[in-house]
Amino acid sequence: MTIQSETSTVETATGKAKTMVLNMGPQHPSTHGVLRILLELDGENVVKAIPDMGYLHTGIEKSCEDKTYSQAITLTDRIDYLNPLGNNLAYCLAVEKLLGIEVPKRAQYIRVLMVELQRISSHLVWLGTHAIDLGAMSVFLYCFREREEILKIFEFVTGQRMMTSYIRIGGLALEPPTGYLQRVEKFVKMMPGRIDEYEELLTGNRIWIGRTKGVGYISATDAIALSMTGPTLRAAGVAYDNRKVFPYSSYEEFDFDVPTRTDSDCFARYMVRVAEMRESLKIIRQAMKKIPPQGPVRTEAPGIVPPEREKMKTEMEALIYHFKIFTEGFSPPPGEAFAAVESPRGELGVFVASDGSPKPLRVHFRAPSFINLQALPTLIEGKLIADVIACIGTIDIVLGEVDR
Amino acid sequence: MAENSNQDTNVVVERLRAWSPNAISEVIEFRGETTIVVPRNMLREVAERCRGDKDLRFNLLSDATCVDRYPLEPRFEVDYQLVSIPRRERLCLQVRLSSSDPVVDSLVPVWPGANWLEREIFDLFGIRFNGHPDLRRILMPDDWEGHPLRKDFPVEGYRDIPSIATRYTRNRT
Repeated sequence: MTIQSETSTVETATGKAKTMVLNMGPQHPSTHGVLRILLELDGENVVKAIPDMGYLHTGIEKSCEDKTYSQAITLTDRIDYLNPLGNNLAYCLAVEKLLGIEVPKRAQYIRVLMVELQRISSHLVWLGTHAIDLGAMSVFLYCFREREEILKIFEFVTGQRMMTSYIRIGGLALEPPTGYLQRVEKFVKMMPGRIDEYEELLTGNRIWIGRTKGVGYISATDAIALSMTGPTLRAAGVAYDNRKVFPYSSYEEFDFDVPTRTDSDCFARYMVRVAEMRESLKIIRQAMKKIPPQGPVRTEAPGIVPPEREKMKTEMEALIYHFKIFTEGFSPPPGEAFAAVESPRGELGVFVASDGSPKPLRVHFRAPSFINLQALPTLIEGKLIADVIACIGTIDIVLGEVDR
Repeated sequence: MAENSNQDTNVVVERLRAWSPNAISEVIEFRGETTIVVPRNMLREVAERCRGDKDLRFNLLSDATCVDRYPLEPRFEVDYQLVSIPRRERLCLQVRLSSSDPVVDSLVPVWPGANWLEREIFDLFGIRFNGHPDLRRILMPDDWEGHPLRKDFPVEGYRDIPSIATRYTRNRT
C-alpha cells in the first residue's frame, strides 16, 4: 500500500490545522510482530488509522493443499505460534468431522487438559507483553517464568516446547509419559498464587488503571457487527464462548464459568483474561480427575489412524495400513466441514473441503486475530496516540495468525 | 443434540422458502452441518433476511471463504459461516460463481465484519464484490500478479531464478 502523502485539514480549537501521516511499524516493538499501521494524526489525536499487514504471509493455506491431511498438521502449529495445540485441535476436529470418526474419551480429556494449559500460557504471554508495552516491566518477567513451567510440561508430554503437533487426526500422537499428571498437579497448585501476584501488581495499580480504564471502548453491538469474538467480545458483555455454546471435545462435561464484563475497555479485557486463566485452572483440575489411567489415546480407524507400533511390527494388515497412511494418505468422502474451537484469542475455525482425494481441496483458517484486528480503527480513531499501543495489546494479535 | 439442530435448521429453510420460493436453490446436509446454496442475485437479500428475521437472528458473521473447483464449472464457491448467538445455531450460506464472471454482491452492508474477509477472498481468489467499500489486496503486495489460492496458480509460485535442483545438476555436468 502506498502512503497517501496528501493530508487533510481538521478543525481544532485554534482554527484549521493540517494533519500528518505517521507510519507505525512494521518494525515496532509494541505492534507484537510485523504489523504496520498508517496513522493520520492531528497533534496527538488519531484521526484515521489504516492497518496494513501481509508481511508474514507464508501461504500456509496454499501449502496445506499440497500436503496430505496428516502432513498439514505440522503447518497448523505455525499459524498461531502461541497456541499450537489449539490449532492442532481445531484442524483435527475439522478433519475428524469430515471423516465422521469419534475420538476415545481418554484422548478427548487429555486434549482438553493440554489446550487449557496452552490457553494459560498464551494469556501469560499476552499479559506480560501488554504490561511491558504499558511500562510494567516486572510483570513480564514473572509471566514468562510461569510460562516456562508450562512449556516444560509440553516438552515432557509431547517432546516439543512449542511446535508440538501432538494432537493428531483420530486422537493423540503419543501416550503421555508416566508422571505427567504429577507435573501438571504441581503447576496447578502453584499457579493461583502467582495469578494473585500479577493482580496485586496490576489490578489496583494507579498507572495501570490510568492507562487502561476507559481506553479502547467498543459497544457490544459494534463488536458483534465487526465479527469480534473471544475475550474482547466477552468484555463487552456478550457471553459467547464456543466451549459453552457449541461444545467440542467433551467440554459439556466440564463445569466452568464464562467470565464477562460490561465496560468493554482495555481494563475489562484484562480482567476477563485473568479470570479466564483461573477458569482454565478449574478445567485442568477436573480433567486430571476425569482422565482414566489406562485406555486408548487413538481411535480404531484402519487406514486413517496409524496402527500401534507393536501391531505394525507383528501384523501384516497393520503394516499395510501403516505403509499406505504414510505414503499415500487417506481419502475422506467429498464434502465440506467447518469446526470451531475457542482459542485464547477468539473463535478459531477451520474449514476443510475434500474432493475425495488424499490431499485437501481447500483448508481455510478463520483466524481470530485477523478478524479482531479489523476493529482496531474503531477502537483508536479519535483517541490519543498513546492509547494505540494499549489497544493493539488488548486485542491480543499474533501476526503469524493474522497473515497466515 | 444433532437431531435438535437439524430441526432448527429446517426452520431456517422453511422461513426462507416461505419468504421467497426462489431464495434457496439447494440444501446440503453433511455431518450435521447445513449449507444453503443461494442464487447469486439473491445473496444479499437472503443474508439480510438471515440477520434481520426475528426467528433466525444470525447476528455474527463468523467466516467467509472460497473454494476453487477448477477445472469444474461453476468454478468458485463462496461460503459464509453464520452464527446466531441468541439461538446457538450455525449456518453456511453458499453462492456459486462461474470463472467467466466471478462477481457477487458484497455483504459488508449486512455485516460490517465481512470487510476484511471479502478483501482476503478478492486478494487470494480474484473474486470481486459489488458494493464493497474498500476492495484492495490485503495479504499480498499491491503489485502482485495473479491470485495465489486459485488452483491454476502453482504452489511454488512463479520463479525467475532456477531452482536449487536445477542449479545442482548444472554444476555437476
